[in-house]
Amino acid sequence: MSIHVRSISKSFGSFQALDDVSLDVAAGTLLALLGPSGSGKTTLLRIIAGLEFPDAGSIEEDGEDITERHARQREVGFVFQHYALFRHMSVFENVAFGLRVRKVPSAEVTTRVEELLRLVRLEGLGGRKPSQLSGGQRQRVALARALAIRPKILLLDEPFGALDAKVRVELRQWLRRLHDEIGMTSVFVTHDQEEAFELADEVVVMNHGKIEQQGTPDEVFDRPSTPFVMDFLGNVNVYHGRVENGRAFWHGIPIDYPAYPHAQSREARVYLRPHELEISPPGAVANRLGTSLAASIVRVTRSGPITRVACRPHGSEQELHVDVPTETARGLQITLEPGTHVAITPRNARVFIPGPEYSI
Amino acid sequence: MVAHATPKSNESKPIAALLVAAAVAIVGILIVVPLVSVFYEAFSRGVGGWWAALADDPDTRHAIWLSLTVAPVAVAINTVFGVAAAWLVARFRFPGRSLLISLFDVPFSVSPVVAGLALVLIFGRQGLLGPTLAWLDWKVIFSWPGLVLATTFVTLPLVVRELIPVMEAIGPEEEMAAVSLGASGWQVFTRVTLPNIRWALLHGIVLANARAMGEFGAVYVVSGHIAGATDTMPLRVEKLFQEYRQPASMAVASVLAGLALVTLVAKFVIERRLEAESRDLEAARGLENTRLEATRP
Repeated sequence: MSIHVRSISKSFGSFQALDDVSLDVAAGTLLALLGPSGSGKTTLLRIIAGLEFPDAGSIEEDGEDITERHARQREVGFVFQHYALFRHMSVFENVAFGLRVRKVPSAEVTTRVEELLRLVRLEGLGGRKPSQLSGGQRQRVALARALAIRPKILLLDEPFGALDAKVRVELRQWLRRLHDEIGMTSVFVTHDQEEAFELADEVVVMNHGKIEQQGTPDEVFDRPSTPFVMDFLGNVNVYHGRVENGRAFWHGIPIDYPAYPHAQSREARVYLRPHELEISPPGAVANRLGTSLAASIVRVTRSGPITRVACRPHGSEQELHVDVPTETARGLQITLEPGTHVAITPRNARVFIPGPEYSI
Repeated sequence: MVAHATPKSNESKPIAALLVAAAVAIVGILIVVPLVSVFYEAFSRGVGGWWAALADDPDTRHAIWLSLTVAPVAVAINTVFGVAAAWLVARFRFPGRSLLISLFDVPFSVSPVVAGLALVLIFGRQGLLGPTLAWLDWKVIFSWPGLVLATTFVTLPLVVRELIPVMEAIGPEEEMAAVSLGASGWQVFTRVTLPNIRWALLHGIVLANARAMGEFGAVYVVSGHIAGATDTMPLRVEKLFQEYRQPASMAVASVLAGLALVTLVAKFVIERRLEAESRDLEAARGLENTRLEATRP
């Protein structure tokens, strides 16, 4: 079932949680709402579920306006951040709840619940109380409970937030398979970009109650459309410079920026991702008109397959972070250690002119 | 006591012993001895005499019956009000919320006699609603509706006070989950909210009932103490005592005291269940919190 969110606004007192947000989710998509806390992602999810109502705007499912429809009638599966399992009920009764309130015959309930407990790999634990389960098991009970009513849409609020790293990765892959098998439309909220990128077909980045960018993980990662997205998607080197005549300058190296062809110089920011910078022996830097930058290494840290190098360009106080695949680092003619002179070559850089709405 | 509990335990032993002795003496003189003497007096003519004092006097029989009807009605009103008010205060934020919570406590801080007088001022013949009630031919003051009103007033905070912290601790998530699964308001209440608050609710009901049975001051003012008509058990105890019928007075008093002992046992059992539930809740929250912290960068 497709979801269409049209110009939704919502405030809580003086806090504007959502500001004129529109979003289309195609049927069968697994979509991630990604953003920092307070960005409005959970509010948007709750509005789609019918647990909150927007101040303005509308929501459609398959072209039908459901804005005024109460959560009870929306047939949406919702998985809460802390699972919200019914503490006094057994696992079985938790999963059965949605069927019981619909007055489904008892025999049918038993069949369906057992089928779901098998699906979430909790067969045999139906008699337990939620307090006797681990975090990962509770999460799967919450999922089974939401799926029991055969929802067309599954909404998950920080589904893996409260789990430890190993369980989180397992459940993530399992959820992806489940989504594909059942073929519903799923939306989940997360502040973890790795989770969003690994799991989702589409990522929506939110900030301050607005959507910054929507696209496939590749689109969002390779072509961030705003400085916020660039920043939020992880480590990035930010350089404050100026732009004129369609070019920005980064330590004297020109970077094309055709969007600003004017001769009048203007403040701009250059963003460079650590893995899009190349390190090479200093020989290449003899010619400063080239595209390399002379620098000396300040610090080297190795984290598995990636070697992180912090260096300081000559004549600058600002540190520059470069990520080198450890294998590449071994193949270099120089040893990466503090004090070594190197040349840095940007493979890719992005320029943003700071707008009034954005500041770091 | 364990000898090595604290390094100073040897030095402070005499002081500790003194404090324990003082506590035992106070509890003994103020609680145990009077309670025992009530039962001693009540049964001074044997069980037969005790039973005769209760059952043979029609006014006493009526007083027991009246107490056994007025108290449950007042408790029932307070239960409905308490659950509704606690839900409102625990689940919603609105202007005047703190003021409302403070108002719940007024019956605790106002003398019951004042409460009774206030009811007379409103519902009495010369009162605010007096003419209307007279026209309707409804008798509130000097009649059982007045007793119910007075008893309800003095026991008002007991249920709601008990429920607010429990409902706030549980949070609204389970109720929202039930709604998202298609439950109606009533289904959410009976299947999710009520089972979660049942022990706190029972605790409040037991306390409210004990207070309702024993209420004297407010009821004294509104009842007009008409024997065989508006005398409740505590009023009957006082009247028999004033009439120098001490054994009969003590027999009725022993029923009230016995009720207090039953309440005490019930309270003890319920409080243990409440503690177990709050431990469960904390354990569940604790698990989530440690996991959350572990995943934060």
